[in-house]
Amino acid sequence: MPLKRFLPLFVFAGILIAFMIGLSLKPSEIPSALINKPVPDFSLPPLQGDGIGLSTEDLLDPENIVIVNFFASWCGPCRVEHPALELLGKLDGVKLHGIAYKDRPKNSLSFLKSLGNPYDKIGTDLKGRVAIDWGVTGTPETFIIKNGIIRYQHIGPIHQMQVEDRILPIIRNLQQEGAS
Amino acid sequence: MKFLLIPVLFMTFVLNAGAIGVDKDRLQDPDQEARAQHLMKQLRCLVCQNQSIVESDAELAQDLRAIVREQISAGETDAEIFKFMTTRYGDWVLLKPPFNSATVILWLGPIALLLIGGFLIFRTIRRKPEPDVTRPLTATEEKHLEKIIKGNNK
Repeated sequence: MPLKRFLPLFVFAGILIAFMIGLSLKPSEIPSALINKPVPDFSLPPLQGDGIGLSTEDLLDPENIVIVNFFASWCGPCRVEHPALELLGKLDGVKLHGIAYKDRPKNSLSFLKSLGNPYDKIGTDLKGRVAIDWGVTGTPETFIIKNGIIRYQHIGPIHQMQVEDRILPIIRNLQQEGAS
Repeated sequence: MKFLLIPVLFMTFVLNAGAIGVDKDRLQDPDQEARAQHLMKQLRCLVCQNQSIVESDAELAQDLRAIVREQISAGETDAEIFKFMTTRYGDWVLLKPPFNSATVILWLGPIALLLIGGFLIFRTIRRKPEPDVTRPLTATEEKHLEKIIKGNNK
């Protein structure tokens, strides 16, 4: 039987394909559990003064695509992604909000003073509990939201190259989605 | 080999103690604290990834341990606490993956391989040895044999 002779070859090919798929996966990238889920309920104080800095209501904006960025002054990669955030904050039809994660408001303020403040509104999550509700594992992390639904989660810093390659196409897609 | 015993025992104690040693706010009730630690051992630290939150010293792990304790003292069930974690971090946060469509191969694969292997072994063992075929020699074989016998007789 000629077919039987090739059986080991088929088995080998199967294992090879399984390895190729398996080795191209990135197990350290945690799959997002909150995609296509509504934003968590929260209300955070501002960096300065009393009242509400940022709350769920700010994210339900029907006019704009909302971006929420978790940052901290003590976080090196947050410095790296700062130029990318400046860019995103200036886009039309996009609102960029920040949540300061486990950071002294004094330090967050001087961080934003020296680099520039790309955010529309800022909430301070001193204990990091709101971050846990968002499934955040560390700063920086960025969420793209439309109509109060989380559509994309970016773990780690957004490099300037990724703005063009990944973030902008997602924003454009979401904007078109509403228009049609 | 005995010289290994002490370091191994030492390591076991150290690993068992884990990062939980840094926690100040433990539950008053030892039963509740034991239950909390039992749950924590099943939750994966999202920063160190292959440690449970019991073993990890990461700040996030400390926060998650605090949450587990809070929820236990608030009277939540184990299932409710696991649900709290998985709605935020996905099944990923569970060190023991649940059985679902994405993990079918993971759970059933070893059993399937065992069955296939067992079947192959069974088939090989049961296969009867080739029967002794005593067919008459062909004419050429007869001649060959004759030649050999003659040659030996010389």
